[in-house]
Amino acid sequence: MTVTLPQLEGNFRSNYEARKAWTNVFAVIAFLATIFGLFFLGLLLYDVFSQGLPYLNWKFLTTFPSRDPAEAGILSALVGSIWLMFLIPIFAFPLGIGAAIYMEEYADRDIWYNRMLEINTSNLAGVPSIIYGLLGLELYVRLFEPITKGRTLLSGALTLATLVLPVVIISTREAIRAVPREIREAAYGVGATMWQTIWYHVLPMAFPGILTGTILALARAIGETAPLITLGALTFIAFLPPWPVTTAVNEQGQVIIEKVSLGLGSFIEALQTPFTALPIQIFNWASRPQQEFHKVAAAGIIALLGLLVIMNSVAIVLRARFQQRR
Amino acid sequence: MTLADQGFVGYEQQHARSRWVNRIMRGVTWAFASFSIVVTVGITLILFLESILFFRKLALEGHSWTQLFTETDWTPLFEPPRFGIIAIIMGTVITSVIAMIVALPVGLLSAIFLSEYAPPGLRAVLKPMLEILAGVPTVVYGFFALLVIGPALQKIIPNGEEVVAGLNATSAGFVMGIMIIPLVASLSEDALYAVPNLLREGAYSLGATKFETIFSVVIPSALSGIVSAFILAVSRAVGETMIVALAAGQNPALNLNPLQSVMTITAFIVQVSLGDTPTGTLSFYSIFFAGFILFLMTLVLNILADWFVRKYRIVY
Repeated sequence: MTVTLPQLEGNFRSNYEARKAWTNVFAVIAFLATIFGLFFLGLLLYDVFSQGLPYLNWKFLTTFPSRDPAEAGILSALVGSIWLMFLIPIFAFPLGIGAAIYMEEYADRDIWYNRMLEINTSNLAGVPSIIYGLLGLELYVRLFEPITKGRTLLSGALTLATLVLPVVIISTREAIRAVPREIREAAYGVGATMWQTIWYHVLPMAFPGILTGTILALARAIGETAPLITLGALTFIAFLPPWPVTTAVNEQGQVIIEKVSLGLGSFIEALQTPFTALPIQIFNWASRPQQEFHKVAAAGIIALLGLLVIMNSVAIVLRARFQQRR
Repeated sequence: MTLADQGFVGYEQQHARSRWVNRIMRGVTWAFASFSIVVTVGITLILFLESILFFRKLALEGHSWTQLFTETDWTPLFEPPRFGIIAIIMGTVITSVIAMIVALPVGLLSAIFLSEYAPPGLRAVLKPMLEILAGVPTVVYGFFALLVIGPALQKIIPNGEEVVAGLNATSAGFVMGIMIIPLVASLSEDALYAVPNLLREGAYSLGATKFETIFSVVIPSALSGIVSAFILAVSRAVGETMIVALAAGQNPALNLNPLQSVMTITAFIVQVSLGDTPTGTLSFYSIFFAGFILFLMTLVLNILADWFVRKYRIVY
């Protein structure tokens, strides 16, 4: 059998130009793919702002939802979302940061239980949000009814806190892991206990990272819709939680402040009020057939995006401030 | 004790107290960490028990569980109810497949661009911008799919008004794909970035172009990470709710045409939750059964992704 070898020289050089050209073409394709998503983000923002901006005014922000799109406002949803924004961290942050401290500092990885904790956390982070809604419906709305009084702010906050818990744990662990080993060893060297080391050295150093991670997790929770819908949060709410002030609606349809009620009793009552939140209100308006309501939904989206931008900016500013001090 | 001066005794007492605090805090943080186990057990138990109640209720109302496999409609709320779970599973599969057709190639190409081509300055600008895509709430994407992509599809496709339903699987899946791009891009980029430069330089020295280096050296080396990113992307698409609830429609019949309405598992749960469903009815249990199926699907995908990374990771 004779083998005819191709001319080596020619084979080596033959299509170099074409190969080189293809590399450049591919770079352009890859670049286009990168801005593909950004193009649609721009289109989305353009559409939302062009539809929503005319509807976005002070009256829209300070009135209750209505059957008439021109009269519809977003006050109850906005207040609901702000309540959630303050309630979720009360539950999620201590639990999440505590769990992360245990897993990073105390846990001995040779013990099966601690390894299971890690696998469990990463699995929980992958559970769809609507499943957390089903958990909340059964656990917080039905089982804890004597405390939460059903489909209320408290159940909503607990459900969303459970949802973001794995995210808080994971980001806190990353921040704690970034603290150099030497800091801990120096503290042990002068006789500090593990907790003293964690409390006086590790946590302060990890603080900017923890803060950024947890605020971003909170921003995610504020945008979540599905778990709250599963929980049965109402979409038509024409009252506000009675803390820190009680409100009423006057003859012109304006919401007015009746009296200041800063007591603990009215706070608990507020926790047990049915609620709505921005994403639910947006969903409700967007799923209606009338075009005017779609524009109202777009205005609601601007309000929601505004809230998220504020939260993200706070995270960035806080991070910058704390990092300067070091 | 010979060393019993006041300061030393005070130190001893304080140290003993600190050690107690340490022990207590160890216990407290352990309890906090264990709460995540409670959540997992809670989710599993609730979905499992309510699914058993679903089957019991099914038997009580005189339906056979074989209907789950023999029928092609999923309408547990109608009279007579039908229980072809395949209809909503296929709805989920169709929207997820469309999302993957968008997200996987675009996400991987973005990762390649960011990791291999982009100069550091451009990368520092593009990466955070891609992350914004992941931060937009899903209900906003749903709005976009419903009011922009859906009508646009009807205009682009010839005869669109007749062929394409107002609410269809394609527009929901497409927007879902855009939402998932950052997930695929950032996870794949991590994998590509971890490939050591020595391998690239080896390929260049053999005369390979950049494109050849990427496809015959870098990507094969990073394959385990890329595949696991793809699997996680599928898992995310399967569990996505608001986009499909708004834009994919509510068609509970088995339908394989991506231009028509479909109903996904998640959209079904939303539909039932929006209505007033008294506890203890068949439709109440049916959302937990649907949730159980969804939970199993995502669990299998997440475990698969994790297993892939562990098994095929090349450590340099």
